[in-house]
Amino acid sequence: MPDSLVIKNLNASIGERPILKDFSLTVPKGEVHAIMGPNGTGKSTLSKVLAGHPDYSVQSGSALLDGEEILGLEPDVVARAGLFLAFQYPSEIPGVTIANFIRAAIVARQAKGAPFDAKAYYTELYAKMDALKMDRKFTARFVNEGFSGGEKKRCEILQLLMIKPKYAVLDETDSGLDIDALRIVSEGVNRMRGPDTGFLVITHYQRLLEYIIPDRVHIMWDGRIVHSGGKELAIELEAKGYDWVKTELASA
Amino acid sequence: MNVVASAPAGVLDVALQSAETTQFRAQDWFAVLRQQGWHTFQSLPMPTRDDEKWRFSDARSLSLDGYAPAPEPTEALAAALIARSHFVARPASLIVHVDGHCVLRPALSPELTAQGVRFETLTDALRHHPALLQEHLLKHGAGLGGAKFLALHQAWLRAGYVLFVPKGVEIRQPFVSVNWTSTDGAAVFPHALIIAGEHATVSIQDYHLGATADARALAISACDIHTGTGAKVSRLAVQGWGSRTQSFQVDNTCGGRDALITSVNAAVGSRRARLENTVRIDGPGADVRLYGISVATGEQEFDQRTLQIHTAGQAKSDLLFKNALLGKARTIFSGLIKVAPDAQRTDAYQTNRNLLLSPDAEADSLPGLEIEANDVKCSHGATTGQVDENELFYLRTRGIPLEVAQELLAQGFLEEVIAKVEDEEGAEALRGMLSAKFHQV
Repeated sequence: MPDSLVIKNLNASIGERPILKDFSLTVPKGEVHAIMGPNGTGKSTLSKVLAGHPDYSVQSGSALLDGEEILGLEPDVVARAGLFLAFQYPSEIPGVTIANFIRAAIVARQAKGAPFDAKAYYTELYAKMDALKMDRKFTARFVNEGFSGGEKKRCEILQLLMIKPKYAVLDETDSGLDIDALRIVSEGVNRMRGPDTGFLVITHYQRLLEYIIPDRVHIMWDGRIVHSGGKELAIELEAKGYDWVKTELASA
Repeated sequence: MNVVASAPAGVLDVALQSAETTQFRAQDWFAVLRQQGWHTFQSLPMPTRDDEKWRFSDARSLSLDGYAPAPEPTEALAAALIARSHFVARPASLIVHVDGHCVLRPALSPELTAQGVRFETLTDALRHHPALLQEHLLKHGAGLGGAKFLALHQAWLRAGYVLFVPKGVEIRQPFVSVNWTSTDGAAVFPHALIIAGEHATVSIQDYHLGATADARALAISACDIHTGTGAKVSRLAVQGWGSRTQSFQVDNTCGGRDALITSVNAAVGSRRARLENTVRIDGPGADVRLYGISVATGEQEFDQRTLQIHTAGQAKSDLLFKNALLGKARTIFSGLIKVAPDAQRTDAYQTNRNLLLSPDAEADSLPGLEIEANDVKCSHGATTGQVDENELFYLRTRGIPLEVAQELLAQGFLEEVIAKVEDEEGAEALRGMLSAKFHQV
């Protein structure tokens, strides 16, 4: 499928420990898919493996982004191919301002030697910061340094909105957010929804999915998807709890 | 035909040094000072690897042969270099030297002149303010190993400036001095004497640059800062000589009572550059902040030796030196905090951080404390490491290529010191010079 992120029979490990076990999932462009599952089931590993984190090794399988294999590529190559990862715990980058950081990401996507339009860049940056209710003074602040949990996540979504990837993986974006921040962050994501972008929303709780309504919900257990359904699956899971997954879905 | 090589008429030539000194007959004490410098230079041995003060330095490759005072530059060259000296759009005043010759004499606004401010070439100041110079010029020696080099500086002392700001005068705009080397093998001895009176406020930027990127020169510079009670002095010194230059720099800073001194020493140029910076805390309540920053590339060696001496109590000194290293570059940081028995309630800190961006780079760190008072807060620390893998991954997931990401992280690492430069134009000039080092092959 050319207009999809297709993950097939992916097996990956950290050190000797296998984490993803024949993991398969397809996210078509224009759709929002949610992955839910208990801690330690491999959700974050999935996002890191897709993004090309050097600590994980892939044994077999494939991940095709619009038909292009992204497994085994360097992290920046994966990103420029069109995958964006919003981190659960974004790094603090002392001394590097948000403005310079995002600028470097934009410049990396330009043709070599192409002029950088600083005026257009700041116009767009400020508009998106306004939408995320971020003070414009943040442009001069160092990336994530001294940010609250909510500010870090807003900063992730700001990058998402500026970079405009083909596919975005949001890893536990709701963690550490109060309701106001959750609403603002969700609005940012919803504004980007459309035929050009596919979303994979990883979350432990159903709460986020009240704001970002998914097209499909997948339940992950022990390194693979064990059950898929519509948006109502998130509510069912919330009601029945992860024991239900363990006793009924995982053994099925 | 046999050609017998004669000794070059260089910087080690006694007749040449003596001839130049006779030009200062009218300022007898100064001629004597130069002559004393020459004798001291002759009497001291070249440092060796075994000398504790030269530990880790590549002392074996030290050589003073093949350098000579250079003739005055052509008018065209002088004009071209003056045009490249405008790091600050509206300085309080600008002075430019090329190969040790002043090509732009500093002008002062009538207001500053009326307030008693003086910013003059060293030779003008010798004529106009001999008493001031006699009191302050080279009052402190080089206690950190560079005595022979400072003696040679003294023997050839001629280029440089004197900045005097009288009591109570506050000047916001920075004074700027730019020293260029242009002639191959030029020997230059730039001197800076900064005297801030009681409650005076002044800032100065010193740029030491090569007219060409690979200029070969010998540069032995010195800077003395004297502060009266409550004076505020801020200095940015950028060592950006050409890449085949040997640089020695001996700075002495005296913190008077309640004085606030901020000093940033940046290193980007030269093949080898040694900085010796001694801070003397003579007055209670003084606050001296000493910062260092460098990007060392290729086979550069940056050798940084510092000493914070507290003789007065209830005063503070804070030191932070940060180096980023690429290629086969080496940095040496050796710092000592000395607190005298009477200097109670001293706050003294010293931190050296080195970022290795290449497996072949090497950073040595020798922090030290000698504390004889019992009621003090002192600490020192040194770290050497590589870029943080998590930070690197984070940047790369935004599509930023590895080299660019490393450079961004290194610049971020350095930014902490750049931020200490109060003048935004000076900070931007420094940022540009540091950044350019990442793009040299």
